[in-house]
Amino acid sequence: MVAAAYSAEGARIKRWSVVFEPWVYLSPALLIIASVLIVPLIIGISYSFWKFSAFKSQFAGFDQYRALLTDEVLHGALVNTAWWTAGSLFFQFFLGLGLALLLNKPFYGRKLVQALVFLPWAVPTFLTGLTWSWLFNPIIGPLPHVFYFLGLQSEPVTILASPSTAMWGPIIANVWFGIPFFAITLLAARKSIPAELYEAAAIDGASVWQQFTKVTMPFLAPTIAITVMLRTVWIATFADLIYVMTAGGPAGSTNTIATYIYVSAFKMLDKGYASAIAVLLLVLLVLYSLIVIQMRRSLMKDV
Amino acid sequence: MASVTLQSVSKTFGAVKVLSGIDLSIEDGEFVVLVGPSGCGKSTLLRIIAGLEEASGGDIRIGERLVNDVAPRDRDIAMVFQSYALYPHMDVSRNMAFGLMLRKEAPDKISRRLGEASSKLGLNSLLGRLPKQLSGGQRQRVAMGRAIVRDPKVFLFDEPLSNLDAKLRAQMRTEIKALHQSLKTTAVYVTHDQIEAMTMANRIVVMNEGIVQQVGPPLDLYDRPANVFVAGFIGSPTMNFLDGVVSLADGPNVRLKDGGRIKIATLNVTEGQHVTLGLRPEHLVLAKDGIAGEIFVVEPLGMTTQVSVRVGGELLTIMLMERIAIAPGDKVHLSILPGNVHVFDKGSGRRID
Amino acid sequence: MVGQSRLQKTLGAIGLYGAVFLYVAFAILPIYWTVKISVTPQSLLYSEGIKLWPSHMTMENYVNVLQASDFPRFFLNSLIVSIATALLVTAVASLAGYALSRFRFRGKAWVSLVLLLTQTFPLVMVIPPIFRIMGQLGLTDNLYGLIVIYTAFNIAFATFLMQSFFDGVPKDLEEAAMIDGCTRVTALRRIILPLTLPGMGATVAFVFTAAWSELLFALMLINSDDQKTFSVGLLTFIGKFAVDWGQMMAASVLALIPVCVFFAFLQRYLVTGLTAGAVKG
Ligand SMILES: Nc1ncnc2c1ncn2[C@@H]1O[C@H](COP(=O)(O)OP(=O)(O)O)[C@@H](O)[C@H]1O
Ligand SMILES: [Mg+2]
Repeated sequence: MVAAAYSAEGARIKRWSVVFEPWVYLSPALLIIASVLIVPLIIGISYSFWKFSAFKSQFAGFDQYRALLTDEVLHGALVNTAWWTAGSLFFQFFLGLGLALLLNKPFYGRKLVQALVFLPWAVPTFLTGLTWSWLFNPIIGPLPHVFYFLGLQSEPVTILASPSTAMWGPIIANVWFGIPFFAITLLAARKSIPAELYEAAAIDGASVWQQFTKVTMPFLAPTIAITVMLRTVWIATFADLIYVMTAGGPAGSTNTIATYIYVSAFKMLDKGYASAIAVLLLVLLVLYSLIVIQMRRSLMKDV
Repeated sequence: MASVTLQSVSKTFGAVKVLSGIDLSIEDGEFVVLVGPSGCGKSTLLRIIAGLEEASGGDIRIGERLVNDVAPRDRDIAMVFQSYALYPHMDVSRNMAFGLMLRKEAPDKISRRLGEASSKLGLNSLLGRLPKQLSGGQRQRVAMGRAIVRDPKVFLFDEPLSNLDAKLRAQMRTEIKALHQSLKTTAVYVTHDQIEAMTMANRIVVMNEGIVQQVGPPLDLYDRPANVFVAGFIGSPTMNFLDGVVSLADGPNVRLKDGGRIKIATLNVTEGQHVTLGLRPEHLVLAKDGIAGEIFVVEPLGMTTQVSVRVGGELLTIMLMERIAIAPGDKVHLSILPGNVHVFDKGSGRRID
Repeated sequence: MVGQSRLQKTLGAIGLYGAVFLYVAFAILPIYWTVKISVTPQSLLYSEGIKLWPSHMTMENYVNVLQASDFPRFFLNSLIVSIATALLVTAVASLAGYALSRFRFRGKAWVSLVLLLTQTFPLVMVIPPIFRIMGQLGLTDNLYGLIVIYTAFNIAFATFLMQSFFDGVPKDLEEAAMIDGCTRVTALRRIILPLTLPGMGATVAFVFTAAWSELLFALMLINSDDQKTFSVGLLTFIGKFAVDWGQMMAASVLALIPVCVFFAFLQRYLVTGLTAGAVKG
């Protein structure tokens, strides 16, 4: 079709257009991505082998990677990142799945409910962070009083001020913000399961729980695997919320690798070291993704 | 109006050869139906005529003009798609007038042509509607209207009726044929349905696996199929086939596997030649003697009765015009006039006259 | 379903509506609370800060934010950045999406893979080099730098989105138009564009929302007050001044308005359209 449309203009142009036309349309996108993402990525990797200082920059080889090994702050950040990611993901996923299954049922006012529960997804992250830290504030926010009333806290103070509880602040905000994402993807996947499968299962005598485990879950599993993987990467590198709510504090208790990179690069101006951390993070995430993809593959084989 | 001529047209997609050596000349004003099983390359051929697909080799002419390098818009053709391809964001009148507007025709001419076409197809009350507000049959009509309003040199149809229910399909078949008789525009019509081909065509082109098998008027193809494929494709219920060996003792006849014999009319056979016999269901009759068989299934259709008869290892279908009391399990004999037996060479599948 | 007792049905309904209520309450609480504080008079804040609704309301905070602060400037900057990014991304992504949807060519699978990978790689990776490069190009401390970066971040997703919208327009329509007398360009303009316009709208809305939300790169690249976007402005406001809760919340509510407007528009595409590549937050 492509060729035919241009056939009037002659064979030479025809050949040309078949080969180059799509690239002409793709080129702005590819150029921008290459120059703003890919080139900086490569430069960033090269930074990790250099020591920068105000007066001179020198090649440092693997020195900064060796420094990573003994960096206590980094080790704390690694543990925090794991907590932050696992905690956020766990609640986002299960609450998102619950919401998706709920929204798949017909009930009165479903359209309006859907609009309301998806709204947090559109709220800018800096506002999400700010509003939740206000909600945790004992003067203007209700939550400390609720926690106190429930006996979760011995006095109504913000959980963000104590190293032992501070991480829960950003996690709760992140859960609030991330539920719609899972709900949206899982709802779409759930809607694509043919209704006959449930009818057949019901006729075969499957209970509601069996229908869920034998029909719904196997069908959702590939979607779940891929969304969980992408989400893990995204959450692990997502620094905005923590930066707004606690800026890594108190006492480094909410410092994740992402916030540490940001602070190292931008506040401490040590872009060589920041890049080394970033490369470490990238390697960890790529490893993780490969494992999930492998797991998904063996999962698909079973289905 | 114009003729359409194809000369050794071929088409490959990557390494796959989809059409090879297609020669076809379609007369001015003819209604030609391309028919063949799904995937045999009919749509590809039609799209090459339209200019939507580029031929890998060969020449395409519309009238006298070589159109290989002419864009679809300059070929002066109109096409009706299986999906109808109505523009969803335009109402019926805009859908129909779109081509004329693109050609910058005068507004009064556009509205006159629109009026003519829509009254011909009974679309007058639908002109303001969007495609999604129309039923399947109405959409089909609009697609037809969009084609005829431009008064093109050639109409191309790609399975235009296959999304309609059986009743509507029969009705539209008649309508398209009537339309062609009044417009007399050259038409190339693609279908996989041999009944559509038989009922509508001036000439049928039977295709299989990218090759033209036979070209001719419907009844010629029915009466004298050029090979086993055409014989099996044209006609419903399909022709029965039996393999056998020619013997020339007491007149040419063919010995079947189970020992039965069928007399044939042709003399162009040799003793011991392996052949395939084609027997049309309506030509087989119940008789005192002939091929021995046993009734398997009886399906009364009202006007006729379709009966499956087990002969040796095979099932033969016969059409009975009269109502006879028979039941599964009855032993019967079948006979056929030698002149009605089609003989094909077993190796090549070609017809032997 | 058949075969359930009346009691089971009633309990099921109570459970369903109960769960729905909890989800809605959780989703709405922070937004509701922000609105509430924004209309609470300063004098009542400490006595009634944690009540569900103040005993009387005021619009004073909004008046202050709009008249006596830099927020209108921040708002305008954010609007400029977000609208420019959204339009730029949609234009570029439409071209790329069209190529991916309508052409078969060598290297197509690679292009899709690269786009997909840029979706997954951590953006913090490029913070150090971008900071440096933008500085050398003189793109720090102005809105162009942000527009360029946000555009790059959003192109991949928007391309997938646009590709799925183009895929939704049957090829037959384009071919019918070409037989009717269109060139490929006129077919694009008169048939495909009108049909993908809602999809482009959704893409614009999506990218706008993303650009409006971004914080870290804006914080890194912008210093001077007259270039600050809303997110940066709000954050420095907190740092600089003794907390004026009412004003901050009023400003927050104002920042929410444009995204809510776009969200209302996006809503109906969320489940069907966005899942095509719903990868990013
Ligand atoms: N664009 C294409 N690329 C590759 N193969 C194609 C393409 N279009 C059609 N084919 C192949 O060509 C053959 C003929 O297709 P088509 O002309 O559509 O058959 P028909 O219309 O007779 O059913 C089929 O095997 C089909 O798979
Ligand atoms: Mg076809």
